[in-house]
Amino acid sequence: MSAMAEILVPGRAGEGEALVLTAPISFWGGVDPKSGRIADVRHPQHGENLAGRVLFLPGTIGSSSASAVLLELVHNGHAPAALVLHEPDAILLLGLIVAREMGWETPMALRLGRDVFDAYRGSTVTVTDDGALAIAAQQRDSMS
Amino acid sequence: MSLILSQEEQAIASGQDGAATAMRIVADSARLLGAPRLIPIASAHIDGALYHGDSGTLFAERLVEGGARVSVRSTLNVGALDLMGCSRIRLEEPARGMARRMMEAYRKLGCEQSWTCAPYQAGHRPALGSDVAWGESNAVVFCNSVLGARTNRYGDFLDIACAISGRAPDYGLHRAESRRAQLVFDVSGLSASFLGSEIAWPVLGSLYGREVGNTIGVVTGVQRHPGEDALKAFGAASASSGAVGLFHIAGVTPEAPDLLTILDGAAPETVVRVTPEMAAKARAGLSTATAAKTIDAVAIGSPHLSLDEFDMLERLIAGRRLSVPVYACTGRHVLSSLEQNGRRKTLEASGVIIVADTCVVVTPIMPELAGGILMTNSGKFAHYAPGNTGYAVLYGSLADCVESAVLGKPTFTDIAA
Repeated sequence: MSAMAEILVPGRAGEGEALVLTAPISFWGGVDPKSGRIADVRHPQHGENLAGRVLFLPGTIGSSSASAVLLELVHNGHAPAALVLHEPDAILLLGLIVAREMGWETPMALRLGRDVFDAYRGSTVTVTDDGALAIAAQQRDSMS
Repeated sequence: MSLILSQEEQAIASGQDGAATAMRIVADSARLLGAPRLIPIASAHIDGALYHGDSGTLFAERLVEGGARVSVRSTLNVGALDLMGCSRIRLEEPARGMARRMMEAYRKLGCEQSWTCAPYQAGHRPALGSDVAWGESNAVVFCNSVLGARTNRYGDFLDIACAISGRAPDYGLHRAESRRAQLVFDVSGLSASFLGSEIAWPVLGSLYGREVGNTIGVVTGVQRHPGEDALKAFGAASASSGAVGLFHIAGVTPEAPDLLTILDGAAPETVVRVTPEMAAKARAGLSTATAAKTIDAVAIGSPHLSLDEFDMLERLIAGRRLSVPVYACTGRHVLSSLEQNGRRKTLEASGVIIVADTCVVVTPIMPELAGGILMTNSGKFAHYAPGNTGYAVLYGSLADCVESAVLGKPTFTDIAA
């Protein structure tokens, strides 16, 4: 599986195990800004950690502080390797825009239809500078 | 359509100072949103001064070092510390020092020291139809829906960037055509006694947020104005369960004098007919604790309590001693009134812990307690407390919260739906 995604916010190319969320998430209250762990007990991926993962987001909800949580994850080294969004979320992605203003290295944010998210589940995904999302390796059992 | 900046905006954005950073952030966001231009704003409400980690403090200090100042009236949402000294915040150094530095940086940027998530009850009420840039999801939804001023949901950092530049992307809820309702949320199937009860509004708000998402809806079947605190609770619950930025209530909110007007003559795309079963299920969904035999604390005041809500709290406590603490979160605009006539002392003597400038889900105040159970009448606390405090939640009316706090065990007396 390989697809070209629209680049929403430029950043560094990366690689990571896919984390495909099956429900929208609120970063504030839903993700621990210190570790990247999904803290929302009502979320189906509760307990998973998004640090270093290629994070597929079907949608985002809730607080207007999502950007602060993402900025903090970039600053403390627990950001996802890349963010793949079904729809651009200006509140969340602002965290990356501000990180760039601060001169910090940021992951890329890409736009891709959520109907193809499942194809990446359980795989290691590489993200290149031009926004290509490719499967690098298949895991033996699907963890996410 | 790509963004076109004015010559003045381009000149500011090409600089090296804090104003340049702010203008670039607003412009980058506008490009992301697909906005064709920036528009002037009348005021801002800043959610960005809440400490989530060192990065936010470093950003605010970068703006201060760059000589930036807000160019419009800007109130501040809650911070991570109780600067009034009412409650003890368990935030340890070095985070505590960084949180204080952050609050200080926002003061230096020229923001008002309001420190409340209910700025609209602290004298900041922009005019109907005016464009503003507000952060904090409950403040945004109240500003749009109840005041009829126009704002998108401005996240941390974009809020202060708009306040400094005096501009916002021309997008979304700033545009009249985006404010029309496309969905009808009909509550006429619910009993008048339920609709008249306090829990109706947070429960319906939670259901509304889940059903509606970010579509603009209009609530129908509401016979009388439920009061501003009820609308505050409805909006806060809807904005925590869904991405609600604006709701209308036919015959109640200013842009919806009647259904036809707010639908702009078009047929609604969706009609949600709320049944008593849906309301009961939404209510049950606000609790995460099951079969709780005791409670450890009560938390109220999300959004921050108004003076009217404190009046009700006092009437319900009626001079009794609480066996578990009631954390009552509010802003300094209410605190000054409470301090007259010894009201604050009387409340504290009964076991109420007043929390000012902040609240129990944004900073560590309640003791860490494995298996702790928190009771609340706030749909927003119910949503965020399990993730942010580790307490399981029981949802109930303010009257039930107070009775339960007196007895130390959950007590439910109100009608279901």
